[in-house]
Amino acid sequence: MNHHHLSEEELILRYYGEAGEPADAGQRLEECGECRALYGSLQRTLNVVEALPVPEPDAEYGARVWRRIEGRLADRPSGWRQALGRWPARFPWRWAAAGTAMAGLLAAAFLAGRYYPANQRTAQVAEADRQAREGVLLVAVDDYLERSQMVLIELANADPGNALDISAEQERAHGLVSETRLYRQTAAGTGDAAVAGVLDELERVLMDITHEPSRISPQELEKLRERFKAEGILFKMRVLGSNVRRQEEPGEPAGARKL
Amino acid sequence: MEPTDAAFVSLARAGDADAFRVLVERHSRALFRLAYRMTGNESDAEDVVQDSFLRAYRQLGALDDQGNFGSWIHRITVNCSLDLMRARQRRGERKQTANAEMDDPMAALPSPNPAPDRLAMSGEIRERMAAAMSRLSDTERWAFALRHFEGMGMEEVGRALGCQPGAAKHSIFRAVRKLRRALEPAMSPVK
Repeated sequence: MNHHHLSEEELILRYYGEAGEPADAGQRLEECGECRALYGSLQRTLNVVEALPVPEPDAEYGARVWRRIEGRLADRPSGWRQALGRWPARFPWRWAAAGTAMAGLLAAAFLAGRYYPANQRTAQVAEADRQAREGVLLVAVDDYLERSQMVLIELANADPGNALDISAEQERAHGLVSETRLYRQTAAGTGDAAVAGVLDELERVLMDITHEPSRISPQELEKLRERFKAEGILFKMRVLGSNVRRQEEPGEPAGARKL
Repeated sequence: MEPTDAAFVSLARAGDADAFRVLVERHSRALFRLAYRMTGNESDAEDVVQDSFLRAYRQLGALDDQGNFGSWIHRITVNCSLDLMRARQRRGERKQTANAEMDDPMAALPSPNPAPDRLAMSGEIRERMAAAMSRLSDTERWAFALRHFEGMGMEEVGRALGCQPGAAKHSIFRAVRKLRRALEPAMSPVK
C-alpha cells in the first residue's frame, strides 16, 4: 500500500490541537501502526514532561513575596493620596465638581499669594492661614503631577510589540487636561513663565493622547515615546514634582515655597 | 463568598496597598511555577515573581478588564522572565540551569514533601529529562514552556518571543523532538 506516514511535526500539531495537521490524520492513525506508535511515543513523552518537577512553594510564599516588594513600591500612594484616589468612588459628581472648583480657588489664592509682591499684600492675610492654604495646595499639586506622570510613564513603558488599547490612559488624560489648564493659567497669571511653559507642554501632550485612536499601533506608540523623549516632558515633570514635594516637608520655610 | 480579583484590583487602583497584598498572596505560587518553568531555576524564578508584581503595580491603571488580573499578571511574568533571560544573553552569561540545578534538579528542590508524580517518576527518566532540558536552547525552552505549560497557541508564542509564528513553531518542534528522543528509551509503552 502506498502510504504517507504522518510526520512528527504533524503529530505534535495534533497533540496540541493546533491547525496544520492533515485532515485525514485521525483515519491514518487508525490505519497505520507505525504512525500510532510514533504518536504514542510523543504522548508518553509530553505527558511525562507535564510532570516535570517544579519546586512547590509553601503556603507562606505569597506573604514572603509581599514582604520583599512592599518597600519597593516606590509609587505606592501614601495615606492622603489614597484618600484623594478614592474621592471619585466615594463622592457624587457634584462634590467632585465642587472639589475641583475649590482646588481652583486654592490654586489661584496660593499662586497669587506666592507671587504677588509682598508690599501689596493686605495685612489681613494671616500667616497661619496662608501656610495652611499652601499646604493643602501642595498636596493637590503633588497628587496631580503624580497622576499625570503615571499616564505618561505607562505609555512610555507599554509593550511595543503589539497594538495597544490606551482607552484607560485616554480617559485619565482627559480628566487631567482641565486641571493642567487651571494650574497653567494660574502660573501664567502670576508671571511664572517656566512653570506655565512646562504645564503648557503637558497640556498639549495630554490633549494629543486623548485624540489618538483608542487602539494604537506599535508605530504610533513609538511616535508618542519619541515625543516624550524629545520634549523631555517626563524629566521636567519630575523636577517640578520634586520641588513640590520638598516644599511639603515640614522643615521647609513657608517663604521659600515655590511651585 | 471570597471577593474576586476585580474587587481587589479596583481597591488597589485607588491606592489601597492591602488590596494589592491580597492579589500578591493569591497569585504568587502560580506565578512562581510559571517563572520556574521559564527560567529553570528557583532563584531567578523568585526574582521574576517579585519584578512581575512591581511592574503590575505600576501598570494597574492600564489593566482594562479588572476581572482578568490572573491572565494579565501571567503575561507580565512571561515578559519579565524573557527580559531577565535576554539580559543574561546580552551580558553573555550562561543560564544556571544547564550546569547547576538541572544536573540534578531533584537535589535542588527544597520541598520536604514531594508530590506523588515526582516520587513516581523513576530516577532514570528524571536524569534523562534533566539532561534533555539542559540541552534545549533558550528559545526552544521558552517556546516549549509557553506552548506546553502555559497553553499558548503557536502564533501567540511567536508574539511573546518577538519572532514569526513559523519560527516559534519550529522551536517547539525541535524541543519536543529532543525531549522525545532523550526520554523514549527509558519509557516503555503500556502493554
